[in-house]
Amino acid sequence: MVAPEAKRSLSELLLNSDYLSVMTVDMTEVLPDGLVAIVKSDCPTCELIVPVLVQLENAADLTVVTQDCDTFPEEISDRHFDEDLAMSWHHEIETVPTLISVSGGKETDRTVGWSRSNWEKLSGVSGLGINLPEQRPGCGSLSVDPSQSEVLAVRFGDSSFASRRIEFAALEDSHEALFDRGWTDGLPVVPPTEDRVLKMLAGTSRSHDEVVAVVPPDLAPCTVEKIAINAVMAGCRPEYLPIVIAAVEAVCTEQFNMHGLLATTMPHAPVLIINGPIANQIGMNSGNNALGQGNRANSTIGRAIQLIIRNVGGGRPGEVDRSTFGSPAKVGFCFAEREHDSPWPPMSTTYGFESGTNTLLAFAGEAPRNLIDQLSRDPESLARTFAANLISIQHPKLVLGFDAVLAIAPDHSRVFAEAGWSRERLVERVLDLTTRSGIDLVRGAGGISEGVPESMKDAELPKFRPNGLHIVHCGGAAGLFSAIIGGWVNGETGSDPVCVPITP
Amino acid sequence: MTKVLDPTNENRPAEIPSADRPESLDGLTVGLLDISKPRGDRFLDRIEERLIERGLRVERFRKPTFTKPAPVDLRHEIATKCDVVIEALAD
Repeated sequence: MVAPEAKRSLSELLLNSDYLSVMTVDMTEVLPDGLVAIVKSDCPTCELIVPVLVQLENAADLTVVTQDCDTFPEEISDRHFDEDLAMSWHHEIETVPTLISVSGGKETDRTVGWSRSNWEKLSGVSGLGINLPEQRPGCGSLSVDPSQSEVLAVRFGDSSFASRRIEFAALEDSHEALFDRGWTDGLPVVPPTEDRVLKMLAGTSRSHDEVVAVVPPDLAPCTVEKIAINAVMAGCRPEYLPIVIAAVEAVCTEQFNMHGLLATTMPHAPVLIINGPIANQIGMNSGNNALGQGNRANSTIGRAIQLIIRNVGGGRPGEVDRSTFGSPAKVGFCFAEREHDSPWPPMSTTYGFESGTNTLLAFAGEAPRNLIDQLSRDPESLARTFAANLISIQHPKLVLGFDAVLAIAPDHSRVFAEAGWSRERLVERVLDLTTRSGIDLVRGAGGISEGVPESMKDAELPKFRPNGLHIVHCGGAAGLFSAIIGGWVNGETGSDPVCVPITP
Repeated sequence: MTKVLDPTNENRPAEIPSADRPESLDGLTVGLLDISKPRGDRFLDRIEERLIERGLRVERFRKPTFTKPAPVDLRHEIATKCDVVIEALAD
């Protein structure tokens, strides 16, 4: 015999358990039949329509799902707190309030925001919110909040990352752990968590499993996903990703010879020069300090390609990287051409691209060296200054083996612009001025053992091969300077510059 | 706890798994490895007494120096002769 009090408490328990079962029903896949309203307390329109929800609860089978707390709306008993936003994510809620009608576990209709006519039509209940305005737009769903969307996509989505997940121990400092695993260039990196990598991948329309290139020295296939992981670590923003992908494409070519460039005892590295509107769009620096620090895009894009060579390619200093000195350029070297006031068409046009095309030029170069000429006001004099400096690349008596990038700042380029010199004319003149007699360059000449073979003593020897001098306009508006970026061994035995389009 | 995606070509293992642990020591041979720190032997002597009391077989080993990893031959010998190993130091 059960005592009446026990009976009451039992029935209460049953009632409560029924109530709880509704509260905790899993709505990620199937919604309860009837009407489902998704709201958040931090939405004025949701506040406004609380009386409508009460009307619907009385007139129909209503479940209210609240995104941001478990106490709103107090007037509604059948509330579900979508704390982890699973329901909102799975049912692609973009706006609150959203009213959904469900039949047989299937959504049959939905309306977003408040509109009396739409809500009446969907619910079949008339006279809703007669004291309310006719309509009000809703607010953004928490599940599509920019701070949440990637986190939720990682948590609930069919996350198809191919890369191994590595969990750090609770007591491990994640930054130290990244150093310890040998994944950094010696500077801290951003931990490549799944949500950060997902955000990064939004920067390209390319599929994350697309193999972009085979990266030396391990000849490892490199997917867009691996590029994105390393771009996150380098500190890139998603909009930089297309440039990093283009850089991988450019350097992992036979022509560029990344393996040789990595393994050489010389200090050279990929120097990345960007043309086209993307440079301004992502905030690259082509002006003051363009070849230096302080600009996120310049610094991190150059760094990303180095991290990819290290992590995906397996190329590390002291192992395959045998550089005697190395160079600051090996941390990362990327800048944009100063196109807006350049006297010449973009550098990329010399590689056959139309002006206005987004391109990346990869050049195997060393750290830049400054060149001063504060007195030349005519192009011939300034061209002679360039020539006098350029012949010293690697060694004044070594010729034809090394290309160069000559970065000309506005105070110098103006001299050529005013005299009407085209880029081609300037290059031609400098090639001419850097051509010298073999007798002065042979081994032993000038009391220096280094030099060209004796057999070349009667030849006229240009310092550069015909396409070996690359002129780019960049730098700050003040300063009668230019800069030289000396090249690594060119041609078949070394590297040829590679210019590729940057695609979204 | 931070979980990250591997930035490498994944040619190297992320972790080396531990060998399976036996449910019981019954019938197994236990190796005791002294790493050559002072007084480690006294600690291991006592462990040996306790294991023998339980009727287990015990093999003793000693590293030439604690400053370097155990020589390959020694590791091979331990792996051949023993089912489990206890490595101990005392200082």
